[in-house]
Amino acid sequence: MLNYIWFGLMAIALIVAAFNGTAGAVTKGAVDSAKTAVEIALGLVGIMALWLGIMRVAEKAGLISLLGRLLRPFGRLLFPEIPPEHPAIGAMILNIAANMLGLSNAATPFGIKAMEELQELNPQKETASNAMVTFMALNTAGIQFIPATMIAVLAASGSKNPTAIISTTILATSCGAVAAVTTAKLLQRFFPYEETPPVDGTPDEATK
Amino acid sequence: MIRAALNAISLWAIPVLLVGIPLVGMIRKLKVYDVFIEGAKEGFQVALRIIPFLVGILVAIGMFRASGAMDILTNALRPLTTATGFPADLVPLAILRTLSGSGSLAFTTDLVKRFGPDSVLGRTAATMYGSSETTFYVLAVYFGSIGVKRTRHAIPAALTGDLVAAIAAVAVCSWMF
Repeated sequence: MLNYIWFGLMAIALIVAAFNGTAGAVTKGAVDSAKTAVEIALGLVGIMALWLGIMRVAEKAGLISLLGRLLRPFGRLLFPEIPPEHPAIGAMILNIAANMLGLSNAATPFGIKAMEELQELNPQKETASNAMVTFMALNTAGIQFIPATMIAVLAASGSKNPTAIISTTILATSCGAVAAVTTAKLLQRFFPYEETPPVDGTPDEATK
Repeated sequence: MIRAALNAISLWAIPVLLVGIPLVGMIRKLKVYDVFIEGAKEGFQVALRIIPFLVGILVAIGMFRASGAMDILTNALRPLTTATGFPADLVPLAILRTLSGSGSLAFTTDLVKRFGPDSVLGRTAATMYGSSETTFYVLAVYFGSIGVKRTRHAIPAALTGDLVAAIAAVAVCSWMF
């Protein structure tokens, strides 16, 4: 699917550029975006190293699996195929908790750690497992209790009550999260794990 | 009251975790510094691993936005939005939000300035921004970090969530404000 979306976005850009005469802007958009992508990735190095280091300490100290056991009903409901004491559950809980509190730079390393743990349980390394998709649905829904960025924007524009949007944001994001997770659960049987043909025609490393 | 508590948690969460986790490690007789270094070593590899995925996604989105295709998409969706009562000014935001974090932030800030920070539309725009994530960026980073190429139903599920969140933002804001 990503193949079609990726090609589609660029093909549409070219066609629209032909009509609008924006070919120059499209070139600049491509070059600038490539540069931004590397800057974002390299900008993550420090924060990633810090949190992956702390995560390793938490894991070795048994805190990650403790978290999974404490929130067992959550894990069982959303990720029935993952054992509750598995570090993946703890890492996912940390990621979601960090997102809820608006700590986005801690959330990314937790989430990546969670994906790495889920990957250990995933037999086909290039195909997303059901648990990964459910976790991504939860994550892209962007559940947060304090929309700090938007409160700052409203306050900077002279709002009398910038925090008025907290309750509406919590309600809207909850609806989105429930819809995303429900869709993920409903769709998983229509996107069979085993029968998805390899994109490039080569067999998986795991199935060789 | 709840708001103050949440703000305090946001403020203190990081320092407390940074000290608290190694503290438990010390109690469990771990060589906390050695273990930390061992984990931290992965940081660089993870960042390097996501670069190709991020370049691919961001370049395609950057080209799409620069071409002016966004305006065409917005205009194409206009009849649909007028029929359903979804504010036409918020359609580009709903689309942009899933594609570009910085782009949608700039767009929201502009809407808030134009319509006023205490207007229903300004608050709806802010709610819409706050209630969703930059879906394609998140998918590129997370799946990229572990090298997953077949994302199966991840994109349809995530976009359904985004659509429902955007509609919910409009509905909740018109009801509350």
